[in-house]
Amino acid sequence: MPTWAARKISRRHETLIRWVLFGCAALSVLTTAAIIFVLLSNAVYAPGTKTAFFERVSLWQFLTTARWKPTDGPRGHFGIWPLLAGTLQVAVIASLVSVPAGLGAAIYMSEYAHPRERECLKPVLEILAGIPSVVYGFFALKFITPWVLKPLFSGLGLEISIFNSLSAGIVVGIMVTPLIASLSEDVIRAVPRSLREAAYALGSTRFDVSTRVVIPAALSGILASFLLAFSRAVGETMAVAIAAGGNPLLTLNPLWGAQTMTGFMVHASTGDSAADSISRMSMYAVGITLFVMTLSINLLSGWIMRRYREVYQ
Amino acid sequence: MSAAAGEPAGGAVSVSFTLGAEGRIRGRLRLSRAFMWLCRLVTYALLALLAVLLLSIVWNSLERLRPDFLSNHYSMNPERCGILAGLWGTFWLVLLTALFSIPIGVGSAVYLEEMAKDTWLMRVIRVNLSNLAGVPSIVYGILGLTAFRPLVIQLQTLFDGRHAVNVLGLFRLRLLKLDIYDGNVLIGAMTMSLVILPTVIIASQEALRAVPSTIRVASLALGATRWQTIWRQVLPASLPGIATGVILSISRAMGEAAPLMMIGVLTVASMCPGGIESPGQLLTEPGRVLSVPFDQFTAMPVEIYDWSKQPDPQDRFTAVAASGILVLLAVLLTVNAAAMIVRYRAGRQLRW
Repeated sequence: MPTWAARKISRRHETLIRWVLFGCAALSVLTTAAIIFVLLSNAVYAPGTKTAFFERVSLWQFLTTARWKPTDGPRGHFGIWPLLAGTLQVAVIASLVSVPAGLGAAIYMSEYAHPRERECLKPVLEILAGIPSVVYGFFALKFITPWVLKPLFSGLGLEISIFNSLSAGIVVGIMVTPLIASLSEDVIRAVPRSLREAAYALGSTRFDVSTRVVIPAALSGILASFLLAFSRAVGETMAVAIAAGGNPLLTLNPLWGAQTMTGFMVHASTGDSAADSISRMSMYAVGITLFVMTLSINLLSGWIMRRYREVYQ
Repeated sequence: MSAAAGEPAGGAVSVSFTLGAEGRIRGRLRLSRAFMWLCRLVTYALLALLAVLLLSIVWNSLERLRPDFLSNHYSMNPERCGILAGLWGTFWLVLLTALFSIPIGVGSAVYLEEMAKDTWLMRVIRVNLSNLAGVPSIVYGILGLTAFRPLVIQLQTLFDGRHAVNVLGLFRLRLLKLDIYDGNVLIGAMTMSLVILPTVIIASQEALRAVPSTIRVASLALGATRWQTIWRQVLPASLPGIATGVILSISRAMGEAAPLMMIGVLTVASMCPGGIESPGQLLTEPGRVLSVPFDQFTAMPVEIYDWSKQPDPQDRFTAVAASGILVLLAVLLTVNAAAMIVRYRAGRQLRW
């Protein structure tokens, strides 16, 4: 039986632990606040003696001009479009690869595969998801471009450069496929068995059940997984920095090199320009664009998931 | 109806109807089977892709993969270039990252799952957590670059060997001289911890949620306090799940290069943090460990990035990059195998 004094100590002890753990949990909110503060204070408005990026370059120029050359002369050209085009190009190619592949794999594993086969396939997807981004970049640059794309396009009479956004998009697509597959599989498996059996009883084939019953029932989760994968592709850095090259051209030709927003940020941080030079500060403007883009896609994904979820008893 | 077009039409209406239906059913079954094969093809294409990826790396690495690749430093000569600095750099980085992120991550998860009431603040924390998990790692790199760098400068002036602190007004403690570099292991680990914290917290929350509430209720009913219940019942029961999640997050930290590039770690390094180049030195010169957190470093993925991008007309660094990838993948495989063993053994022991 604990004495009165021991109980008092123990209560104080409990309160202390509670506050320490609360501090840990609050750290995540602090991190978000710090990210937003760092981006805003360097891109939009600097409180101290520094001048923020948008105090030197107008937002209008940033959003409407189409030339990105931070080190061109004393002022440079800061039109986000070449970077945005590169990013979207890679992300769209990645989606073209990962949406059919991820959804196909999810349907196969949940509807067709033998449980034992499924147990073997899942780790393969986990391995694909666990391979570091630099490895995919290497694979794109040293295998996909020279051994797959180059013979293919030279057969068609087209020239493909060593750094091209097509190979970057393909590997990013491979990278995010497991994400789509596992998230979609989860929602597909959550569709109750009774719905499938009702459809079979009415004479549906497996194809009918998959495409007319299961996918519509799980559609919100599937769409949410597509959006999450897209946002992951937008934020993907190292594979793209290796495979797509570092030339910010405004082009929609995937056979040429392109620079993405993330690729520029890596490039700018490794360059040896002074810490408060405008080319360095432009990194924060690109960073805030990237942050806002990925955050809004993620929020949209979560909203779709919640808003259109079918709930079964 | 179109599916029945090839069927011979019978005399009676009823016969032609069944024949048509049969053809239609056959067509639908064929479509269904084709769809299954398409899905199967896509799934196994992913498997084949993994095999091609690994084979192309092994094939590329053959030229350089020798034992001395593990023990050599960076060299301009691809025949002699090795990964030693990256190996030690990644080791220290991951060690410090684990030291920071495990207590904070598990602590947060315990608070959110076991202690927090459903207030608006907790809802904010939960929503924020899932959004943080989706923030690209390079954005954390910007945070590290901007928020932690000034810290380095502060520490540099404090530990330049001329400063002293007054301890309780009793005596002055002279601060020793430490070489504190920019882009050091400490800053790298702090940044990397922020990158993996959301995943550590979410994985730990799931593990804690899997512990049945009967365990908690029973413990509380026997007079244990809330913390005693957590520490002696809930945490041990959820430990395998937490360990799996933590190990997977740590392995993510091993392969992540973008935040490190942002905070300015070395891409070309010919020294290991603290000058420790072999495990034996940890025993013979343990004092060196103290200088590790403040030393410059490089990590394996950063080196691989640099080697892949090496502008070399004869492509001689390709083999070096491929060998580096193999070493990184081998380390990752070991770590993930550990996670799998933990999961497997726990699955056998725990039965609720």
